[in-house]
Amino acid sequence: MGVLKEVQVDDGIKEMTDLLSKFDPLIEERETLLATGVKDPFSLVMEEVKSPTVAMCNGKETILLGTYNYMGMTFDDDVREAGVRALEEFGSGTTGSRVLNGTYSGHKECEEALKDFYAMDHAMVFSTGYQANLGIISTLAGKGDYVILDIDSHASIYDGCAMGNAEIVAFRHNDVEALEKRLKRLPPEAGKLVVLEGVYSMLGDVAPLKEMIRVCKENGAMTLVDEAHSMGFIGENGRGVVEAQGVIDDVDFIIGTFSKSVGTVGGFCVSNHPKFEILRLACRPYVFTASLPPSVVATAATSIRKLMHSGNKRAHLWENSKRLHQGLRDLGFEIGTPEAQSAIIAVIMPDMERGAMMWQALLEEGLYVNLARPPATPANMTLLRCSLCAEHTSEQVDQILGMFEAAGKAVGAI
Amino acid sequence: MASREEIMAKVSELIGPFNNKGVELKEDTTFQGDLEWDSLTVMDFVAAVEDEYDIIITMNMQAEIENIGQLADAVAKLMDD
Repeated sequence: MGVLKEVQVDDGIKEMTDLLSKFDPLIEERETLLATGVKDPFSLVMEEVKSPTVAMCNGKETILLGTYNYMGMTFDDDVREAGVRALEEFGSGTTGSRVLNGTYSGHKECEEALKDFYAMDHAMVFSTGYQANLGIISTLAGKGDYVILDIDSHASIYDGCAMGNAEIVAFRHNDVEALEKRLKRLPPEAGKLVVLEGVYSMLGDVAPLKEMIRVCKENGAMTLVDEAHSMGFIGENGRGVVEAQGVIDDVDFIIGTFSKSVGTVGGFCVSNHPKFEILRLACRPYVFTASLPPSVVATAATSIRKLMHSGNKRAHLWENSKRLHQGLRDLGFEIGTPEAQSAIIAVIMPDMERGAMMWQALLEEGLYVNLARPPATPANMTLLRCSLCAEHTSEQVDQILGMFEAAGKAVGAI
Repeated sequence: MASREEIMAKVSELIGPFNNKGVELKEDTTFQGDLEWDSLTVMDFVAAVEDEYDIIITMNMQAEIENIGQLADAVAKLMDD
């Protein structure tokens, strides 16, 4: 009681503990970084966006190489036209949950487009990709069940685990043997969900899904694969790494997003499970939020249907990715993968300070890339993450390599 | 069945390769505070303990384990189950 009296002030109001004081180390880290003279890499504003690959940043025309806009659908004429029409016919928003007043014909058409795209029986559209992982993982794996995940999983997967009541088991990144060992140690009768990603977004590396899915099947585990960074691009029909490795019929759930190749915002889960539809009533991040605006589902549905027939764009995106990967290696940069495995090319920087300097030097040259830093990155790496677009021309890739060379020499990174 | 003392000795042995700072290992030595391990080191070390005893230490359990003594208790309990 003595302690309470000490903080009691005259007017009877107690001094409060500042809940934000726990962020003091982060505030200090930011101030230290900004004191070195670099611009804040996490506060960039794009004043004008001219195309999927070019925007105006700080008054300068800038090539975009860090937007995950893999297939360049954001400015597609049919996509924009569908959005404008839905905005005019159905209004600006649904103001309601999917299970109440928030399902319009556009939401059903969007789910039909997904079912056709994946050739699967069921599709459920969420308001974001983050919510799709949050909702599906927390709803599938309950108390007494196990979620087995790769240690480098995306934050939305970890948050889905934290929201559910299941036991969580992590295994070393992309290590089939470590996964198998852990599956064999779990109680045979327990429910098991193995969560994998087709492409891991930090280094752009692909998972050995063929072996992993086999091991899961052998040990009685259900499987969920997040194909956020491969949809539309990898696999003959753009269905992702599961298609490229021939295991799409063996996975139980595929999670994806509209905010990358599809070019708008939203998330989804597709499945052939006969009881899948019941999740619409059980999944809280699906029920207790407003559905996507009509214009968004209209643009998504149009884009998804166009992505079914985009073989040429997929081929060009592979060409771009391979050329950038080889070009950066030839310049002397260290890359996260030995060859281009996806449209993400991650340049490894020696430390955060030089990473930030390089990021700024590139921006001044007229190039935007993603600066990624711990704790989002594996092994405390600082990365300059480049993601290519099918709309990048070969000339732009040449320009990009020139900018990397100039910036790399200016800051002593090569 | 390994005794609590044997588990402590084995756990200390397994910490060895990850103990870059040469911290003295006691019951109340903490992984984060004293050994200053990051999440990747924790995962590699946990995997070594799991492989040694053929057990699973879930992330839920790991969240409750702060020091070496608590880890030895958890291993003993998992071996009992």
